[in-house]
Amino acid sequence: MQVYLTLLRRELGSHFLSMTGYVIISTVLGLVGFSIMDILPKLSGTPMDTPITEMFYVTLYFWIILLLTTPVITMRTFAQEKFSGTFETLMTAPVSDLQVVLAKFSAGLMFFMSAWAPVAGYIVFLHRYTNLGAVALQPAVIASTYLGLALIGGLFISLGCFASSLTKSQLIASAVSCGIGVMLFLLSMRSLVPMPMSNWEADVFAHLSMTEHLEDFARGIVSLSAVTYYVTATGFFLYLTLKVVESRRWK
Amino acid sequence: MIEVTDLTKRYAGRVAVSHVSFQVGKGQIVGLLGPNGAGKSTILKILSCFLPASAGTVKVAGLDVFHEADEVRRRIGYMPEHNPLPLDMRVREYLKFRARLKGLSRSASRDRVDVVLNQCSLLDVQKRIIGQLSKGFRQRVGLADALVHEPDLVILDEPTIGLDPNQLRAVRQLIKELGKRHTILLSTHILPEVEMTCSHVLMLDHGRIVASDSTEDLLKRVFHGGPVITEVLAPREALLELLSDRKEIESLDVSPMDGDWNRVIIQPSNGHDLRAWLHGELAHPGWQLRELSRGRHTLEDVFVKLTRTEKEE
Repeated sequence: MQVYLTLLRRELGSHFLSMTGYVIISTVLGLVGFSIMDILPKLSGTPMDTPITEMFYVTLYFWIILLLTTPVITMRTFAQEKFSGTFETLMTAPVSDLQVVLAKFSAGLMFFMSAWAPVAGYIVFLHRYTNLGAVALQPAVIASTYLGLALIGGLFISLGCFASSLTKSQLIASAVSCGIGVMLFLLSMRSLVPMPMSNWEADVFAHLSMTEHLEDFARGIVSLSAVTYYVTATGFFLYLTLKVVESRRWK
Repeated sequence: MIEVTDLTKRYAGRVAVSHVSFQVGKGQIVGLLGPNGAGKSTILKILSCFLPASAGTVKVAGLDVFHEADEVRRRIGYMPEHNPLPLDMRVREYLKFRARLKGLSRSASRDRVDVVLNQCSLLDVQKRIIGQLSKGFRQRVGLADALVHEPDLVILDEPTIGLDPNQLRAVRQLIKELGKRHTILLSTHILPEVEMTCSHVLMLDHGRIVASDSTEDLLKRVFHGGPVITEVLAPREALLELLSDRKEIESLDVSPMDGDWNRVIIQPSNGHDLRAWLHGELAHPGWQLRELSRGRHTLEDVFVKLTRTEKEE
């Protein structure tokens, strides 16, 4: 545990004590700001009965943030250490591969979530200066929105860690994780599939659709199947990362 | 301390280290010597549990490096080639991080960091960012990291590469100091370094050990058959007459210098040291002697000789 916490602290430090970290945070806040600007006109005049949180996911900005920031957050994790050689000093200390992978993953996820934390302020702002119905701002709904965010963030961060573990080049790492991320995202876009689907095919796509999962979370619906989907997918990518890290022992 | 038996390492079809066996006793400073690509770094990487061996067994303090890697890693301090360091951390912060990573408690790590900062003369720069330090300081940070958990065995891969002469001297001195308390295995391709710091030498070429000796024995080998050089004020003809056809001398070279001075280079037969004998021979009325010394083969020569025989076999 001491090793894990020490590593976690170091990883968090490298996120928060770097220029990149603050560029990412301000990018996230800037893009969320744009999406608020998108939402505001829709709020004026017509009464709303959908939670305000749901609106975030409907805009494209959310997906831009997710698909672009997670590769940048994670590209350094392994690739930079391998490139600079510090991976060797790290792995010759008495640490286990699992501890390293988990510490890097959880630091990445914590950083991702902290970039979103100020968004709660936007919601409070909207609450104060607009006439939203009570349903729009229930704490439970906000909590489930953040839970959804953490789950999907976890998936993309674990994916990014995996991509980063494959290479020494941060550029390749970010390109690979962005590529896989876009593929996962496109799986959600059932409407892009031109041919008609049978029932079970449609079912499969519905289960994989991140947009639908997130709409549920934003409405305050936490479905077990969605949680399971994200947790297992995250676990899967972390497992792959662990195997890649271990693989130097097989050669 | 280290027992290596029949170690072989193959990288995708290329044999980097082939059937290497050696032992290192407690308290020795051993130099692993070889040209680039001889397999030095590979051996050190295997010893420090970073890479697995393809065949053979490697034990550190009686523990197998593959099966008991965690225990082994606790006992060794390893500084890889080029001494990679995170450039964004401060010296003290980094050493503290490494100490904690190696399992030291909070208070123990604070104490140990103080000790190694002092030991490696880093107290003045402890708050500086590593990326802003000179190479000599960075090297010492790497050493301090290798020492921070008081390991039994310290493994240093090319610890003096890229240092200026003053830093070089300081780092060598430091390594020598460390040898009093730790067993040290270091690799280098700079031969005088081994001579200055190590008690034992392992010479490596193309993944095989070509010589394993104490530095002293190696130096004997180096001195064996070294030429005798002397400068004499005497007529060249007289010198040639005196020294030609002597059984002690294998070959002779007399070359004129300034004035009547001659420089005589003698290759002794059987590798004997002919200086005393020569001094007697040259004691001649009117002759003067201004130099009498013994040239030595450099370790380079020995190395070239050893590696060449290996190739010819």
